[in-house]
Amino acid sequence: MVGLEHYLAVAAALFVIGIFGIFLNRKNVIVILMSIELMLLAVNINMVAFSSYLGDLVGQIFTMFILTVAAAEAAIGLAILVVFFRNRGTIDVEDVNVMKG
Amino acid sequence: MTPSDFNTVLPEFLLAVFAMGALLFGVYAGKDKTAPMLVWATSGLFVALALFIGFGGSGERAAFGGLFIDDPFARFAKVTILLSAAAVMMMSQDYMSRRDLLRFEFPILVTLGVIGMMFMVSAGDLMSLYMGLELQSLSLYVVAAMRRDSQKSSEAGLKYFVLGALSSGLFLYGASLTYGFAGTTQFAGILSTLGTDAVPLGLTFGLVFMLAALAFKVSAAPFHMWTPDVYEGSPTPVTAFFATAPKVAAMALIARLTWDAFGTIPGEWGQVLAALAVVSMFLGALAAIGQRDIKRLMAYSSIAHMGYALVGLASGTAMGVQAMLIYMAIYVTMNVGTFAFILSMERDGRPVTDIASLNMFSKKEPLKALALLVLMFSLAGVPPMVGFFGKFYVLQAAVDAGMTWLAVAGAVASVIGAFYYLRIVFYMYFGKEGEPLDSNMAPVQWVMMVAVAAAMVLGVVNLFGIEPAAAVAAEALVR
Repeated sequence: MVGLEHYLAVAAALFVIGIFGIFLNRKNVIVILMSIELMLLAVNINMVAFSSYLGDLVGQIFTMFILTVAAAEAAIGLAILVVFFRNRGTIDVEDVNVMKG
Repeated sequence: MTPSDFNTVLPEFLLAVFAMGALLFGVYAGKDKTAPMLVWATSGLFVALALFIGFGGSGERAAFGGLFIDDPFARFAKVTILLSAAAVMMMSQDYMSRRDLLRFEFPILVTLGVIGMMFMVSAGDLMSLYMGLELQSLSLYVVAAMRRDSQKSSEAGLKYFVLGALSSGLFLYGASLTYGFAGTTQFAGILSTLGTDAVPLGLTFGLVFMLAALAFKVSAAPFHMWTPDVYEGSPTPVTAFFATAPKVAAMALIARLTWDAFGTIPGEWGQVLAALAVVSMFLGALAAIGQRDIKRLMAYSSIAHMGYALVGLASGTAMGVQAMLIYMAIYVTMNVGTFAFILSMERDGRPVTDIASLNMFSKKEPLKALALLVLMFSLAGVPPMVGFFGKFYVLQAAVDAGMTWLAVAGAVASVIGAFYYLRIVFYMYFGKEGEPLDSNMAPVQWVMMVAVAAAMVLGVVNLFGIEPAAAVAAEALVR
């Protein structure tokens, strides 16, 4: 029987993969956008699992909001990436280095 | 939507309608030619709404089944947000028009960001909190990258976006755990499931994740890495905006979340906030010493100031919340004055941000140099200025709450931090002769800078009455 713990474990694993995807990735910025998406979807699994476990709809409504915002966030992220590409001609993570922070 | 709900969100509703109307108007009526007019109209609306919120309404009202709360605390934060956003927009207009940067989207994006901030400080539920936070963040990502042909600006936008999205993810994960273990997303509901002892582990995890994410938004160390780069890369008016209104909103949001949803366990989050505060104060003071760029310097300065505001919250008392509100109001005022000057720094019509360019500035422009001196002393917290009283209130709150070590750390950090503010004053009055700096100020910028400098001296009398207002606001939050 698949219970709440299994869903939470999957969500936690996906979330951690997403975070590591942002920090360990040496390729390009698109991979970062995919990692962000992975984190948000992991949260959605959490929300829906809790919602079903508690018998409470709020978690699923929250999930709808998260999906909508994630779409808007991806759109804005890609737009900024296009602007960046036009200026630099590359989207490699290692080339995001005009300013050293 | 009942009429009373509608009345409660009236200011936000008006702003949203205005933003959509302005968007249509901008597209149909000559695009960027209308931008200066839109900037003034937006600022005017902000000021009008600030007056409406400040003088209208009292007591506490909840709308939409507790999703949205309008209380004195929210009103104090909203007035600060609206006034600082209006001030920044008014003083940016000249700078942006002269550099062909002023697109009509700028006032609209700022308006949308401000709506997000107003929802953040009024949130009564994790869902409305998240929607407000994202509305604010998404607008800010775009304005950071607004100078489309500049490598620095687009890089600033990209860095801000990636780290901001990461922090949103952390926040949501914390929110999902809180929802799962409390069984509700309403702050009042979360508060009633908490006992005064034995907090479920899931709720502790949720709280820590959410606080880490909000520390990103206020740029408290160790979650500050985006701040210097974003401040340096964004166009200066955008930097000025970042340094003021969003900081107030995020700080008020932390207070809202900790007190409304986790108010029975101040010990738990007090430790986290105290740790963030200590690291921020020292990092802000030490890392700023090596900076040559005044925008990066202001970034580290804001990290340090967020540390002091967090000291107020960490003390976990009503007086701490009051001290935090006073501190934030003083902080944004000082930043408006300082950025009015930074916007005017140029040489041969090109903006300059190197602090060495201020050498012997006092000879050329004695009045502006004097005003900047007052602002720097105030930022550093030198006694006769208002900035000192901000620091005094938060440190006093920490001592009263039995956290003397935190107050001592704050005092030590402020002495270290005074070095880099005083260095600017040193350059202006005793520096070497170098290439002169032009300070080409529009009348609005001049008025802002001199008025703020004067307020920093005159405000010692009664702080312009923000003290009782902040006390009422804090009483409403801490029950």
